Amino acid sequence: MTAEIHSPAPARTRRLTHFRPDQLAWLALALTLAVLIIAPLSMLVVKSFTHGTTGGFTLENYVTAYGRARHVQALWNTLVMGLASTVLAVLLAVPTAWACTRTNMPGRTFVRIALFGSFLMPPYLTGVGWILLAGPNAGFINQAWTALTGLEAPLVDIFTFPGLVLVMGVSTFFTIFILVSAAFELLSSEMEDAANILGAGPFRTAFKITLPMAMPTILGSALLTFLVSIALYGVPALISIPARYPVVVIQLAEFFSFPVRIEVAAAYSIPLLGITIGLLLLQRRVLGRKGYTAVGGKGGERRVTDLGAWKWAVFGYVMLVVLLAVAMPLLVLIMAAFSDSWVAGLSLDNFTLEHFRYVLFEHSSSQQALITSVATGAAAATLAISLALSISYVVQRRLLPHAGVLAFLCMSPFVIPGIVLAIGFYAVYALPPVGLYGTYIILILAFTTRFLPIAYTTSTNGVRAINPEMEEAVRILGGGQFTAIRKVVAPLLKRTLASGWILIFVPAAQELSTAVFLVGPHTRVVSVVLLDMSEEGTFERLAALGSVLLLIIALIVLIGVRLLGRDFMLRRS
Amino acid sequence: MQGLILKDLGRRFGAVDAVRDVNIELQPGEFLSLLGPSGCGKTTTLRMIAGFLAPTSGSIILDGVEVSSPRGSLPPEKRGMSMIFQSYAIWPNMTVAQNVAFGLNLRKLDKAEIRRRTGEMLEAVRLNALADRYPSELSGGQQQRVALARALVIRPKLLLLDEPLSNLDASLREDMRFEIKRIHDEFRITSVYVTHDQSEAMVTSDRIAVINQGRVEQIDTPYEIYTKPRTRFVAGFIGRTNQITGRRGAQGVDFDGFTLPGAAFTGAEPEVFISVRPQSLHLSAEEPVTDNALKLKGTIAGRAFLGETWDYVFRSDAGLELRITARPHEVYALGAPVWARASSDQVVQIL
Repeated sequence: MTAEIHSPAPARTRRLTHFRPDQLAWLALALTLAVLIIAPLSMLVVKSFTHGTTGGFTLENYVTAYGRARHVQALWNTLVMGLASTVLAVLLAVPTAWACTRTNMPGRTFVRIALFGSFLMPPYLTGVGWILLAGPNAGFINQAWTALTGLEAPLVDIFTFPGLVLVMGVSTFFTIFILVSAAFELLSSEMEDAANILGAGPFRTAFKITLPMAMPTILGSALLTFLVSIALYGVPALISIPARYPVVVIQLAEFFSFPVRIEVAAAYSIPLLGITIGLLLLQRRVLGRKGYTAVGGKGGERRVTDLGAWKWAVFGYVMLVVLLAVAMPLLVLIMAAFSDSWVAGLSLDNFTLEHFRYVLFEHSSSQQALITSVATGAAAATLAISLALSISYVVQRRLLPHAGVLAFLCMSPFVIPGIVLAIGFYAVYALPPVGLYGTYIILILAFTTRFLPIAYTTSTNGVRAINPEMEEAVRILGGGQFTAIRKVVAPLLKRTLASGWILIFVPAAQELSTAVFLVGPHTRVVSVVLLDMSEEGTFERLAALGSVLLLIIALIVLIGVRLLGRDFMLRRS
Repeated sequence: MQGLILKDLGRRFGAVDAVRDVNIELQPGEFLSLLGPSGCGKTTTLRMIAGFLAPTSGSIILDGVEVSSPRGSLPPEKRGMSMIFQSYAIWPNMTVAQNVAFGLNLRKLDKAEIRRRTGEMLEAVRLNALADRYPSELSGGQQQRVALARALVIRPKLLLLDEPLSNLDASLREDMRFEIKRIHDEFRITSVYVTHDQSEAMVTSDRIAVINQGRVEQIDTPYEIYTKPRTRFVAGFIGRTNQITGRRGAQGVDFDGFTLPGAAFTGAEPEVFISVRPQSLHLSAEEPVTDNALKLKGTIAGRAFLGETWDYVFRSDAGLELRITARPHEVYALGAPVWARASSDQVVQIL
């Protein structure tokens, strides 16, 4: 009896299945999620009913928050703006998605790649681009108008309600585009052929057949976009104040400016949270109904529709979308970054690298912010993906009882607007006794929470793809659960890990909404520094710093594409 | 005592008894199949033997040591067993050689020994040329042989096979049956084989346990199972058969159109069930002269020519329908009047 045959140790065979470590692991995961999600969210609610000085129960915060007509107006304005920009986003996204997936419009691949740029470009940079384009006095469009006509009165003004809606729409339409494109790609051409054969032309077919079949996806993604736009901080911070159009996020920031009235901010943010949860529940009810989740035509052949001469009209519209959403704001931003003065426009004596030198080597808060953004983004991505992987593994393998609770918690930040999450984090962790205000830790924890749902969705897909028999084969050959994870699960999850990491890093390194209330004097992230620069009006420096941030993110995505293939980011829902 | 004993083994899932009162004793070196329809509890039984699942009643004793009981189970990695999975579960991140050497590495044998045994095993399953390939570059049959090599190289006390051939195409499946049989004859490793395919079980096994609704219906050699099925389920599940119901009467047991002597039957219930295989029945145009146990007059109600055999449906004058297999030259037209007969040793009473 040597190494050849391996007998079990006789006497001790009895108590081996009921591990205590299992329960400890569950407890550790549950505690982590409590720290990240339950504590901030419940503190938000508690604070909203707490008196600022006495600490007793009160409804006064709600009275203060909603007692003024201006504050109620801001909530109303937010909903109107959200609705208007969502309608615009749908009008931009759906025809573009249709043209790119189901027609023979020229340049479809180019359009997809160009629009991907709109995913990489954070909304506040798009906003700055549009300020440079359509600012009432010096905006390029107005300069060109004056030069052409001699008229002094500006043609367009971005600091108006329509301007706000335009920037919101072009900043948020990408989600609709990508989800609706995916839905269109699943539709079988036979559905359209059936309409064609009965005599319907391409546009009639699109309106009568293709669009209605993708309607659940269109409505669902529009709802998501609405929720994103009412909670977005960057664009309103740039535009709604000069436009004199107060919205909720700006009002929240006001409650946060000295003296900080956290209780009032909490009370004021509750309706935003309520609207988000309510609408998502409504969507689940509507889409959950059988027979309405229609896109089913698997296997069917998919051909593009020949638009004939109309393809150039469609091409024109799609190019307009590309120009408005990506090309124009990005170009003016890059131009400004290399200009001595952005107003002077494109010329050789206006060219300079001074702003890059300034933000990279002289301006200490820019340097610091770049490091902070990349470091906190990387740390949050690592934390979120590790946590999400552990939990999805435990859930998928049913290793622990009540794992479903962990899964539910992981997905729950999805319903919390970033700025509301920040208030919750501030309420629990910023002030003594925890006292994390102004540290990296509070930023990393908040970002981790914010992007946990993306991490969890990616991880679950990854774990689901691994047959449990792979691990059982390790067990039966003599390896423990951890050997199975180390030798088999981890190597097989490499791809999932990498793509999930990048999917979180990109938005985390750009995050503004969650960061704006949590940064301290020494932990300012790039997005916050950029916003300050816009208030100072130093748009050239802003553009230079923004370009550096975009470059870093583009490089990381490029590495991801190299390692993981072209589609890894587009297939994210 | 060497070998594997399943004693009153049971497993409940909620209110459902997946496995009930299973009692099996396996001799060292024996090859046993657990055969039954899907959902009968055979895989649950196998997973309990492997230690992936704890029983809710009874126990499992391996070489005299209790390894599973409701009080606790030895984890799979401590059992010294091997398993071949339905999906093969070949690790795609390791080469063929790394897959096979995995269990030896876990046992911390020295490098030269691992290399020698891995090489020998790859030779035994004829895969040495593919040692450095990755699984994605292999065919289904090759992956299957990697799984076999990986499981056998550690010389397990017990080899468990969970429907290992169900993902292969038909002709390959037939080859692999004999491959598994050959390898078992070479290594004599005690094996438990789960399958729903009776011919797989017949080819590979020393004994077959037929399982239905969580219970063992019969454990016997393939020959006994086929020729002496004990229950209606076994008779119907293993091969095709004619099941005929009779009633105890004054002269013996009365069936539709014939009577058999009562002494040949056990039990006291008024109803008696018998099984007669289609190939145990014979057709003839004239009345058979021998004193057959079963002799019926009737007509050909249906027929199909399968190449190697004729498949006839015989309908007796009393209306009893029987399936009868005949050799190619025994040609009877549809509607032709014929006699059917079977000798008494071919008539099996079933419960």
